[in-house]
Amino acid sequence: MNVDTEHAPRTSAPAAAQPIVDVRRTRRVPGWAAPAVVAVLLLSLPFSTLSLPGLFEGTLNSPSTLHLLATCLVFGGLATSYDLLYGRVGLLSFGHALYFAAGAYLAALLMWTLELPLLWSALIAVASGTALALVLGAVSLRVSGIALAMVTLAFAQAGSILVIRDPGRMTGGEEGLALNPDTVPGAFIGVVNTVNLYWLAVGYVVVAVGVVWWLGATPVGRVWQGIRANEQRVSVLGVNPYPYKLAAFTVAGALASLGGVVYLLVSGGVTPAITTAEFTLTLLVMVSLGGAGTRWGPLLGAVVYTYVDHRLLQLAASDVFDTLPAVVRAPLSQPLFILGTLFVLLVFFFPGGLTALPGRIRAALRGRGRAAAAS
Amino acid sequence: MSTVVLLVVTGLGLGALYFLIASGLSLIFGLMDVLNFAHGAFLSIGAYATWWASGHLPGAGSDGFGFLVSVAFGVAAGTLAATLVELGVIRPLYGRHREQILVTVGLSLAVPALIQAVWGADPLTFPRPALVSGTVSLLGAAIPTDRFLLIAVAGLVLAGLLLFGSRTRYGLIVRAGVEDRAMVTALGIDVRKSFTLVFAIGGAAAALAGALGGLYFGVVTPFQGTSLLIFAFIVVVIGGTTSTVGCAVASVAVGMVQQFANYYTVAGLGDIAVVIVLAAVLLTRQGGLAGATAGRVA
Repeated sequence: MNVDTEHAPRTSAPAAAQPIVDVRRTRRVPGWAAPAVVAVLLLSLPFSTLSLPGLFEGTLNSPSTLHLLATCLVFGGLATSYDLLYGRVGLLSFGHALYFAAGAYLAALLMWTLELPLLWSALIAVASGTALALVLGAVSLRVSGIALAMVTLAFAQAGSILVIRDPGRMTGGEEGLALNPDTVPGAFIGVVNTVNLYWLAVGYVVVAVGVVWWLGATPVGRVWQGIRANEQRVSVLGVNPYPYKLAAFTVAGALASLGGVVYLLVSGGVTPAITTAEFTLTLLVMVSLGGAGTRWGPLLGAVVYTYVDHRLLQLAASDVFDTLPAVVRAPLSQPLFILGTLFVLLVFFFPGGLTALPGRIRAALRGRGRAAAAS
Repeated sequence: MSTVVLLVVTGLGLGALYFLIASGLSLIFGLMDVLNFAHGAFLSIGAYATWWASGHLPGAGSDGFGFLVSVAFGVAAGTLAATLVELGVIRPLYGRHREQILVTVGLSLAVPALIQAVWGADPLTFPRPALVSGTVSLLGAAIPTDRFLLIAVAGLVLAGLLLFGSRTRYGLIVRAGVEDRAMVTALGIDVRKSFTLVFAIGGAAAALAGALGGLYFGVVTPFQGTSLLIFAFIVVVIGGTTSTVGCAVASVAVGMVQQFANYYTVAGLGDIAVVIVLAAVLLTRQGGLAGATAGRVA
């Protein structure tokens, strides 16, 4: 178990964290280098027959590995959209699951009831999710801080209850909804076509990360930075923070509902688990794990979290696990227990998350070097 | 008529449950600015400790005096857990509100998962003493007896909190701290000492809610606390964080709206009606129902 936890960052760390270190240290590597390296890596994965025993079950281009990676990437994009609120504008929303679930459920419903083709279902679902975020954001942003957290949580809970209560036998209740295979192009159906789902997930991550980075660099992004640092000062300077916060809320909601549609395709259906408050809390854990408000943090955190979660479930079902005494085995069979505990430790000992780790190590090494030189 | 009476009493019972959770939550939030997500975990700990004690603890049982001992054990476990969380996890992070919330989020995920690991995910049948099983006839309606117990206990807790706030020195410090923490500190009183106290009180009330919630629902599940916690959040927002009485009024209102809407419309709509009430309160009166009067009643 420990071995896996340690190995987990390595799958993505060379891709994500390393180039940032280089940029900072030498200043000679251009800014586009890191995204380019990651993109090349992501694009070349399905063509690689490399086998990483201990990390993945099969070769890199085997359907099971690609499916796991696609799930990791969908959550990476979703966490990036959540970080737009949490890390970049400083809005603590506990209702992000609502917009993700809205995208997934609406798309699935449109495909079942109206039998609309995938493209139209996706478009309508994303548009509705965005409108929902706009309306609910307009109401919830009347309060700020902790009250905002509670209000967004309440709205998301209403959505979750609605889905679980199964009005008109539409949402499938606890069972969830499967993807309607008749309205989806054949290229997205079946184990053989997992690679296409992977491409879809890569596309979503590129869109989500691209939008968040691009907006962060525009004048709107500056105002967001200001709101995050000191909202009162922004309004004293004559800028009304409300429309800017609402814009962030709406964009994040739109990206989340797009992610919901992609998730529906990748996982072949939806369950009410993605509507719950716990799901939003795991998003918060992902973002904090990677580092809130950083370029790569949310993506990295989500990929690591999803991967570890997946592996822990696999381990709990394996034979080796049964040899452990019951006292140890029972808590370890609950990924939420391990992840929750890890998260508490993380907040205490690594406040900046994974992306802050290289900097901390360098600072520690420099401190030691200085001490050695002085003695 | 009998239906209305039944709905009113059941709504009051549910409101009593919400009040027990929300009172501690709003005290903690008012004094320390900590949104305590771990509060649901305290509730689950209280419920499971009561359930465990009724079957395993010598002297405790599932009926009569033995059940009281079980509940006392559950409340003690919840209080202990809350105190340990405050001392071990919240205290080192004083002044860093964001991190404090994140830590309680982590606990709210980990503790129910741990309970689930030990006792399983399936609902466990909660012991029901003979005194509160069965129904009482009131104005022609057959009302389950446990509703009255819930209302009575919540009334006692409300009275206790009001007395604590008005008659004791610590209660005075807590109330003053909720009003203006900086001023109390400036007067030379260490507010931080009362933080642990407030957490312990909140944990005890939440654990009591867990035990009574076991009676109300008949079963305990690991994630029961989490779903109740969300309605307690709504109560805190509607009632405002400065008044214990405001919190009680909001609890009853939320419980009533939920019961009536659930009965007279589609089941499940009651929970959504509560959220609509919340939105209406937010749109019309910022700072909650008690926000306009501003003064702390309790």
